Amino acid sequence: MFYREAGDFKTSYVDDGQTFPIKFDRYRYYFVLFVAFAMVPLLINDYWVNAIFLPFLIYSIAAIGLNILVGYCGQVSLGTGGFMAVGAYACYKFMTGLDIWIGGVQYALPPINIFFSVILAGLVTAVVGVLFGLPSLRIKGFYLAVATLAAQFFLVWLFNKWAWAYNYSASGQINAPEREIFGVAITGPNTEAWASYLFCLVIAAITAVIARNLTRGASGRKWMAIRDMDIAAEIIGVNPLKAKLSAFAVSSFYIGIAGALFFAVYLGAVEVGEAFGIQKSFIVLFMVIIGGLGSIFGSFAGAAFLVLLPVLLKLMLADSTDTITGFSTVMSWIFLLAFAAAVVMLVINVIRTRSLIAGSGVGWIFASIAAFMAYALTIGGMGWPTDIVAHLQLVIVGALIIIFLVAEPHGIAQLWRVAKEKLRLWPFPH
Amino acid sequence: MPEQLVYAMEVFLNGLMAGVLYALVALGFVLIYKASGIFNYAQGVMALFAALTLVGVMEGQVPFSHLINAIFGTDIHHFGWHLPAIVGIVVTILVMIGLAWMVQKFVFKHLVGQEPIILFMATIGLAYFLEGVGDIMWGSDIKKLDVGLPQGINTWIDESTFKVFDYGFFIDNLDIFATLIAAILVIGLVIFSQYSKQGRAMRAVADDHQAALSVGINLNFIWVMVWSLAGFVALVAGIMWGTKSGVQFSLSLIALKALPVLMLGGFTSIPGAIVGGLIIGVGEKLFEFAIGPMVGGATENWFAYVLALIFLVFRPQGLFGEKIIERV
Repeated sequence: MFYREAGDFKTSYVDDGQTFPIKFDRYRYYFVLFVAFAMVPLLINDYWVNAIFLPFLIYSIAAIGLNILVGYCGQVSLGTGGFMAVGAYACYKFMTGLDIWIGGVQYALPPINIFFSVILAGLVTAVVGVLFGLPSLRIKGFYLAVATLAAQFFLVWLFNKWAWAYNYSASGQINAPEREIFGVAITGPNTEAWASYLFCLVIAAITAVIARNLTRGASGRKWMAIRDMDIAAEIIGVNPLKAKLSAFAVSSFYIGIAGALFFAVYLGAVEVGEAFGIQKSFIVLFMVIIGGLGSIFGSFAGAAFLVLLPVLLKLMLADSTDTITGFSTVMSWIFLLAFAAAVVMLVINVIRTRSLIAGSGVGWIFASIAAFMAYALTIGGMGWPTDIVAHLQLVIVGALIIIFLVAEPHGIAQLWRVAKEKLRLWPFPH
Repeated sequence: MPEQLVYAMEVFLNGLMAGVLYALVALGFVLIYKASGIFNYAQGVMALFAALTLVGVMEGQVPFSHLINAIFGTDIHHFGWHLPAIVGIVVTILVMIGLAWMVQKFVFKHLVGQEPIILFMATIGLAYFLEGVGDIMWGSDIKKLDVGLPQGINTWIDESTFKVFDYGFFIDNLDIFATLIAAILVIGLVIFSQYSKQGRAMRAVADDHQAALSVGINLNFIWVMVWSLAGFVALVAGIMWGTKSGVQFSLSLIALKALPVLMLGGFTSIPGAIVGGLIIGVGEKLFEFAIGPMVGGATENWFAYVLALIFLVFRPQGLFGEKIIERV
């Protein structure tokens, strides 16, 4: 009804091959871009940007990168944190002026513009990624997953010990100095919220478009062939060396950019073990699993989910000081609506099946969770100690990973696809 | 004898002992992997969970007391009893069997026939879940675990080496004890899997699920049994590490120590786990002793991984693993 392809005629090959072949999809995409670029920057303040938008955008880039490697090429990597650290430290070196010592003489580049620093950091990470991707030609599956842990531990240790990497600062930390683009500060303490948001948004949008087209094209098909069965792929003429290493290179490039942004724009100061530890690797992997393996939209969805979850849990369960202005109120309305929708669905279900249980078990669970969330958000938090909330978050994330792997291995992206299929026909049954 | 060599010998011995502890954790991995093809990342968290439960039961803590207090505004913490270690161990074993049953029933029953990498990611989820449950159940503060194991410097070794080298070796009693336990455990497991009916069934399942099913072996029972065994091994590892450094979150990180051990020794081999553990234990201690000071120390974090990585490039199946043959 709302969403269909009937009457949407294609008259050229270019039309037929576009990213969003359905008109409704295309307009929705333009609308989302318009809201993100033109409306959000006018509405947000520091809290929204730092608690939600920046981590969401940056993790999205990292998740896209990891999704290319895990979801499209089938090579599981647990070294994401280490590669993000490479991006962060490379970006730091470029933006403060790369110095090289040759025979006791120091040669230094001038500081490079922050945008190009980020891109260069991505390239450096791509080289490192290829280096650690080399074993993937010999070993597979979780052998490889464990091997990438070597990258994680070694790189974090390296940036802890290698004084050149942090410019011999006494604390061992790296701090992002103030850098500008077109006279607007992007990094440093004087950054406006909208500026850092727009900077990350531009990079996220560009990288997402590139990733989408890479995975649609020849290289993406090669990756997927390798993922589905690498020996068979080799027989039909895919070069596993090129395919695997290019996946590692592209993936690390993205992750490196994410690491650079995470350090320079989001945190501003980084201690490597804390910011880029093994937990980071797992979080990004979880985003990919929950969002959907092998889907660019899924990377965004997974990142949004895992960024919002802790914020929401904190607002609901821990002592609420309502730091994110208005967020709690907005969310409590959303959950009230969800609760109402669930109740309506339940009532319809009960009337149709003449039973309180048949076919509505999930609905009951959903309705009670939504009701509890709406209640907790409305009264402004349950006031539980924060450590319990943190542990509860571990339980929820772990359970969700298992539930998604069991029930919906293609994650939120697949749920979205199913919903779209339903909308195409609605209100007709067939 | 030159001083450096004597020091190196002490480091070597300590490395052997540490290697035994790594091997102990690696054993749990091998057991589950052999029987069900699941690479259980949660093994380390299971050790933490077992140790937490043991301490909690022995100290008479009320499970979930923090959560209950937060919800109902009560103030309960302890039942007010102190149980002997043996009772605590028995209760913990029962809990671990229950856990094994639940893991099988709610998670892996639904994932039979999935790709190994999906199963691996599911165990990462399980690790997060268990860690959260363990912390909510028993609290996340560092706990002292004392089940009456001997601890402290072994004076006999100290004195006898002093007579020979004029320098007393520092060897912890606990490490010696752990070595003994590990040896007994390995011998027990080998006897179990070679000679008992259930052990044979376990090996049959490992060899071929469907063939085992067709001769009347109850797959579900075998899997629950294997997870229980792994839980038991986790408990032993948890007791050793918990006594050594207190029961705390870092205990779950021993899984990360055991992974390179497995890669080196091969995922399918019990002797491989032992030998791999010893090589890693000795290797990382000697490397830290010889090269560590030159590069700023703390090389133990990554040495094992890099060693395993380099090794794998030349022998992908590990030292004792079965050769991987792939067909289209």
